[in-house]
Formats: sequence, C-alpha cells, structure tokens
Amino acid sequence: MKVIAAMSGGVDSAVAAARVVDAGHEVIGVHLALSSNPQKYRSGARGCCTIEDSHDARRAADIIGIPFYVWDMAEEFHEGVVSNFLSEYSSGKTPNPCLRCNEKIKFEAVLKRARAMGYDAVATGHYAKLFPSENGPLLYRADDEGKDQSYVLAVLTQEQLSGALFPLGDTVKSDVRKEAEARGFSLAQKPDSHDICFVPSGDNAGWLRERLGSEVGEIVDEEGAVLGSHKGAYTYTVGQRRGLGLTIPAEDGRARYVLRVEPTNNRVVVGSREELAITEISGGDVNEVKWCGPIPVLGEHRGLAQVRAHGKPLPCTYRWDGKKLSATLDAPLYGLAPGQALVIYEGERAVGSVTIEWTQ
Amino acid sequence: MAYLDNAATTAMLPEALEVMYREAVNVGNASSLHGAGRRARRVVEESREKLAAAVGAKPQEIIFTASGTEANNLAVKGMFWNAGATKRAILSSPIEHHAILDPLEWLEREHNVTLHLADVDGDGRTKVESVAQLLSEHENEISFVTVMHSNNEVGALQPVEEIAAISREYKIPIHSDAVQSFGKVPLDFAKLGVNAMTISGHKIGGPLGVAALVAKKELELTPLLHGGGQERDVRSGTLHTPAIAAFATAAELSHQRLLANADHIKALRERLIRGVTTAVADVRLNGGASTLPGIAHFTFAGAEGDALLLLLDAQGVQCSTGSACSAGIAQPSHVLIAMGMAPKVARSSIRFSIGTTTTEQEIDKTISVINEVVTRARAAGVR
Repeated sequence: MKVIAAMSGGVDSAVAAARVVDAGHEVIGVHLALSSNPQKYRSGARGCCTIEDSHDARRAADIIGIPFYVWDMAEEFHEGVVSNFLSEYSSGKTPNPCLRCNEKIKFEAVLKRARAMGYDAVATGHYAKLFPSENGPLLYRADDEGKDQSYVLAVLTQEQLSGALFPLGDTVKSDVRKEAEARGFSLAQKPDSHDICFVPSGDNAGWLRERLGSEVGEIVDEEGAVLGSHKGAYTYTVGQRRGLGLTIPAEDGRARYVLRVEPTNNRVVVGSREELAITEISGGDVNEVKWCGPIPVLGEHRGLAQVRAHGKPLPCTYRWDGKKLSATLDAPLYGLAPGQALVIYEGERAVGSVTIEWTQ
Repeated sequence: MAYLDNAATTAMLPEALEVMYREAVNVGNASSLHGAGRRARRVVEESREKLAAAVGAKPQEIIFTASGTEANNLAVKGMFWNAGATKRAILSSPIEHHAILDPLEWLEREHNVTLHLADVDGDGRTKVESVAQLLSEHENEISFVTVMHSNNEVGALQPVEEIAAISREYKIPIHSDAVQSFGKVPLDFAKLGVNAMTISGHKIGGPLGVAALVAKKELELTPLLHGGGQERDVRSGTLHTPAIAAFATAAELSHQRLLANADHIKALRERLIRGVTTAVADVRLNGGASTLPGIAHFTFAGAEGDALLLLLDAQGVQCSTGSACSAGIAQPSHVLIAMGMAPKVARSSIRFSIGTTTTEQEIDKTISVINEVVTRARAAGVR
C-alpha cells in the first residue's frame, strides 16, 4: 500500500511511521501544520504543533528513511476544531477537540487529500486496534488500557477506518518508547502531550475568557438563590466542584457541584452530588451518529457506555431506533457534560458514537 | 531522477571542486604574514581578479561574503546607514528575494524607513515608469534604489540598466541583486551602471557558503560584521580561501561558456515547455518573453503547488514551488501576488529550473509524468 504517516513530532507517530515502513508499505511522512502562525498554539516540546515538533518529525523521518513534507491544515483545523470548540463552549457544552480533529482533519481532510493523490491510507500513532472483517474494518481498544484512544476514534465511520492504520494498538507505551530509543529517534524521551494543543498555556479557562469575554454572572442553586459570581459561565463544566469560590455555605454543609451551565443568561447552577446523578444519556440527531462497525439492528442491546476520553466503560442497555442513539446505565453516573461523546462498546469493540445532547 | 531545481542550487563544476579540494588541504590564513598566509592571500587575490574579470568589475570592487543573503544585507543596511539622517526612504520592487525584502521590512519596522515599491507588470517585470515616478516624487528622501537583475521565481529579466540610468540622473545610488542572473545571462558591472551588485557561488557551479558584493570603490557602506576588517574594512571574517578559489573558477568557466550553456539550457527549456503544455490542459507559463534561459514557471489551475511538488518528488522529479516557506508551510508567493495573481492561483504554481548539467532525459522524464501528477493534484484540489 501507499501510506501517508501523519507525524506530529511525538514518539508515538514516529514509531508508527517506522512500523508501517517495516511492514513493507511505501510511506511518506507528513507533518500537519495546524496553525498559520506555529508559535501561536503551543511553545515548548509537548508533542504537537510547534516548529520544534515539525523539526523532530523531520529528523525521525530522516532516520526511518522516508520523504517528509509539511501540510498546511491551519484553515481546516481552525474551522473544524478551534471554532467548533469555541461555539460548543459558548453554548454551555464541553467539547472534545481531539475527537473533532480525528473526525474532520486526520481522517477527513488529510485522508481525502491522500486518496486523491493516490495514497491508500493514513497511519497515525493512536493507541487502538483495527481488524478487518467481512463487514468492513472493526475498531478495538488498544492493549495498553491506560493509553487506549479508541474513544477519540469512535467518531470515524467504517469508510474512514478503511483508510486508517494504527500500528501501535498491540503495544504498551513504555515499549513504544523503548522502540523509539532502539531506532535512534532523538524524540524517544519527549514528554507526552496532555493538554489541548491549541491552548499553549494549558489554561483552558483563561484561553476561553480571552476569546469569549469574561462577563460576570451569577452562581445559583436550583431554587435560584444567588450563591456567588463567576467570570464567564462557559469556563465551568458539569460535575466541577473546585474553583466555584462560593461564599455562602450549603445548608447541609456539603460540597456543591456544577449541575448546569446556562449560557443564555450566563448562569451557573450548582447543587449536591446526588443531583448530578444520571442514568439516561441521549445523542442528538441522526447525522451525529457514527458507526465505526456494522450498524446494529434496531432495538435494545447490552453494551458498555464510555462518556469521556479516559472514563470507565459503564454497563448499559443502548437503543438504536434508526434516528437516535441512547443508553440507560445500570448504575448512575455523576457529572456528565453535554458535548462529550457517548461511545458504545461491546466488550473491547467500539460500536459507534454520538455527541451527547441530553441526560437525565 | 531529474534535478530541475538549479535556481535553488547547482551541482559543483568538476573544475571548481578540484580547486576547492586543492585549497582545502593547504593551511594558511590569508591575513597571516608568513609564508602559508602569503600563499593563501595570493590565492584570494588571484581569485578576486578572476571573478572581477568574469563580471566586468575591478578587483578592488569585489567584497567577499559568506552568502548572497549577507551581501544583500550589507548592501541594504550598509547603504541606508551611510546615507544620512534626511534620507529616510528606500525605493525597491515588490518582487525582490526575501534576502532583500526582509532587511527592507526590518528597516521599515525598526528604523522608520519608508519603502516605495515600484509597480510590476503581469510578467513579473518592474515598470521603469513607476520607478521614474517614485524617484521624481521622493527624490530628496530616497537613500538608495535596489532592484533585482532577474526574478528568482518566474525568471523575468528586469530593466536594471534603464533604472540605473534614471537613478544616476538623481544621483541616488543603486544596488542590484544579480544572484540569479550571474553566469546565466551577460552581466557586466561597469556597463550596468549600478553602484553595487550581489552575486553568489553556488548558483553557478561554485560552492555553497561564498558570495560577493560587487561595490564601487567610492560607495561607502556601514559594516554589518565588525572584526578584522578583512574585506575593505567593510566586511570582517577570516576569508574562506578554498571556497573563494572555487567560486572564481566557477565564475570564470561560466563566463567563458556563457553562450554555449545558454543555448543548451534554452533548448531544454523549450523542450520542457512544449512537452508540458502538450501533455497538460489548462496550464500557463509565467514570466513573459524575456526570462532567464533556465527558468520555466508554470501555473496549473486547480492543483496545489505543494501537492505537485510531492507527487513529482515521488517520481524522482525535483522542482520547487518557488515560494518562501514559513516552518515548512508554503505561503502564496509574494512575487505572483505582486504580478496580480489571486492567492489561490499563486498557490497552483511550480518552478522548474534547468542548469548546465541538465539532460534531455531529465526533461523527458518530467514530461512523461507531468500529466498524471497534475491530474492527481487537481483531484486533491486547492484550498
């Protein structure tokens, strides 16, 4: 196959690229420039986006012995990921930009371009496994549970997955680092990236405030009693306990949590932990539903629900009625923010996903 | 394999390589007073004479530098700083190489310089009348003029001789970046009538890391590099004897072979243009009728230059998008934008540059793959 290895400049994608070459494919390395001003998004070697990262990726490509190019995806990234991130937050939701990046950039814009140019697949350093089947490719969790990224890939359709390669799915991170070392990559000991790549400081709330303003609003309880104030409702996330700065203690003296963010009146509603409990999760319209495997038959099925990137899989009954994907959890979950993705698993296999619209 | 990026750099001429090697094994600092030093000095001075002869200058007019960029910076900043407090403007063109434009913009930012950039036509040729008008309007503020001899992207030859004649009427000094023209078209410093001119070694089969500012003796320049004052007290730094010797050899040979080389290169360029325009629909050749013999710059509507480059590279054909990179990201070329192209169209362009070592096989190889490459790149689309 002719493969484009997406190389961020981090350890994982470098080893992934090398493995695709070892497997006998014709490979070129491509670093995605996601900011038209690379200094703007992140400085320091933290795994993504900077000129140093592009340099590190290039040096790894040199060692692997593959051609290397930088593709400018800044516009696509801004529209598909950064703008979406801002608009989701401003409507009171908590989006996951990595998921959007996979969906709109790596396995959409890049894969499309690669295919048009005669390449068959895009390889990345994601931790997940793909198995071929009669019904198309199937997406599974990685062997390294701690690093598993099937959650942020479950937004991909089978059509997208048919052009994806995840060569690291069967390896634990520590072994990937050892392999990078053995291959002579200077980036072998580079720290993992954790934060959002386009928020250079890691200060998510501050970054949002700069862009969405910091209009002072009220923090209230369910009865509407004002308990405190905040500088921008969107910097709060459902389930959040710390940083509320409430001056009036609760009657029962117990901790209070963010229950809801109301962007229209710039209010943050808080309450007890019990009030956060939900068992019903439902997605938005049919266009938001993505099947990363065969579409399940209409009706109810047993499965596991995961609602954040490194969250626990929760036993559930999920329903697919041809329009809506929803799940009923066996045991309540505390604090779930709309805007995250509901990913359904059956065992280790990712079945599909939908952006969470409604919970109860 | 086809190497069609000779405007970026050229293979060294065997004769130049031999000289470089010969000098590299000799110890000696050209500034030292002992035997080894005198030997090195003699090589430098003989090289200076050779180079001067090849470019129609006097030996004392050659100031060796480590790159064309350095020579351009020395010209731009050195002439400006020396011009006096009342001369706060510079006249240039918008299609200069970044080694001119960036120092100009730096002066604009840091020293409140006013830049007057003359108009260019759709072929990438600076308009003489625009230069004349700007000179007449701003004659008292303009410290100097700098206009390139030929454009490095589209290859268009510039009317430097005419512009120099007008500048002389105003007694305003003029510099020309002749890096792309030197060794490719007749170039005579005295005849051109400029006060300073930049030439470089690696574009003519000489080594990397050596260039020169050719400057009239009476042109005063404020130095950029202070130190030993090796070159006329204007440029300091130990002279790179082996590179200087090889540069002079390459210059001498390029000068001697100029017409024969130009015939060879022109024939290959015509072959390439014929082949490409026959093989591919909707392709435009840029630069007009009067260009360097070796540059063929095309716009393939609907295909991105980056994609074309990648796909050609995969076929062993090496060329350039001709535009500057920022962190490896191709920006739409300022030259093409100045020529009036829309950014999207500008992004759809690539430059093939032919050199003395280019063969018919390389041209034919390029022609044989161009249609498939353009078709694929067009399928990938333009952003």
